[in-house]
Amino acid sequence: MREIQAETITDVVERLCVEANEYLPEDVKCALRDCRAREDWPAAQDVLDKIIENYEIAQRQEVPICQDTGMACVFLEIGQDVHISGGDLRGAVDEGVRRGYGKGYLRKSVVKDPLRRENTGDNTPAMLYTELVPGEQIRVTVAPKGFGSENMSAIRMFKPSAGLQGIRDFILETVEAAGPNPCPPMVIGVGIGGTFDKAALLAKKALLRPLDSRNPDPFYAGLEEEMLERINWLGIGPQGFGGRTTALGLNIETMPTHIAGMPCAINISCHVTRHRTEVI
Amino acid sequence: MERHITLPLTEELARSLHAGDTVYLTGTVYTSRDAGHKRMCEALARGEELPFDPKDATIYYVGPSPAKPGQVIGSAGPTTSGRMDAYAPTMMYVGARGMIGKGARLPEVVEAMKKYSGVYFGAIGGAGALLAKCIKEAELIAYEDLGAEALRRLYVEEMPLVVIIDCEGNDLYKTGRAAYLAQRGEE
Repeated sequence: MREIQAETITDVVERLCVEANEYLPEDVKCALRDCRAREDWPAAQDVLDKIIENYEIAQRQEVPICQDTGMACVFLEIGQDVHISGGDLRGAVDEGVRRGYGKGYLRKSVVKDPLRRENTGDNTPAMLYTELVPGEQIRVTVAPKGFGSENMSAIRMFKPSAGLQGIRDFILETVEAAGPNPCPPMVIGVGIGGTFDKAALLAKKALLRPLDSRNPDPFYAGLEEEMLERINWLGIGPQGFGGRTTALGLNIETMPTHIAGMPCAINISCHVTRHRTEVI
Repeated sequence: MERHITLPLTEELARSLHAGDTVYLTGTVYTSRDAGHKRMCEALARGEELPFDPKDATIYYVGPSPAKPGQVIGSAGPTTSGRMDAYAPTMMYVGARGMIGKGARLPEVVEAMKKYSGVYFGAIGGAGALLAKCIKEAELIAYEDLGAEALRRLYVEEMPLVVIIDCEGNDLYKTGRAAYLAQRGEE
């Protein structure tokens, strides 16, 4: 049994909130540079140059890459041999978000109630996802999620007879409907299987996987490559002004599901797909 | 075509801009997004005045991040314009002409743009650090309680924009993509 102080979790969450908003992950930067090299449409080249310049400015001047510093999605993989002491976990995480968004001059984008819409003023609560895993460590990932792209996401409960073609069509249809709104080039997370809610969680987790990695199952690795290529054939382009680069990456995560169903969720993200991880 | 323009956005200036033009914009713009637009339109419905003179005004759909000490403003890129579609025709009716944002607009907004000679400019979504560098002055003018959504007066210099929809209703999201696809087809 390892003892971890709640205060330690607060400190890590605070730091990750700020860093995730200022430093774009290396795999996303790489994808942007690769896409720029392959882009042959002048208007698209110009947009990609500015997007690259933007993340460089953010990193150099330690300012947020995007003003929508998101809802703080906090993923905790908690080792089952860990005992958290000195405070409650939810409180520790929210305090980290409060401090990170305050001291880091990040935007407070959370309202208390979806209909009555009063700002909480400190970007809390975190969207907290916990999972118990073997071991005695806590793996903390903070993934700030902007809503320009979140709003373009979709979920559908397919009949199994819809098959692979149903999934393919749904992905293309969702990207087409998103068009210029989610700040393309997009990153696309696809979750297939589980229940209604698990499919959505898989889609969100798919956005955390590095863009240069593929699903370990060759069937889905092939589908990821096929769908990315087909999306980049649509011609939407960076910012929707036309061009090759509509998406930087597409990751698929799956899990077992019911004999009667085939849930599929698509979580759309933007060229500022942020996440930062630390292990305690 | 590349244009360097200075606000206010008069009808004559608006009519000279065409979808696809690259524009470097200098002058005063007003920031507002969801909650600010709702409040402004409610004020107009009650017969009240807006916190700024809307005649020939340009509204930037942005909720900036807070300024660090020594900064004019934090990151300040555009938000999705479609959420302001419910309010944009009213704003044009009272004289506002320019809109800066990103993403698609509804046909009724385009119709209002044709009627009132409105122009919809696109700024690069997600490029908040880059766009903040063009903002030389920022002043809070109303609705302070809305935080990031409060109304601000900004002075911008050479802000890089693209005309997405012009006052004849031409739409770069359609024409730009079509031009790219046509060019690819020829290869």
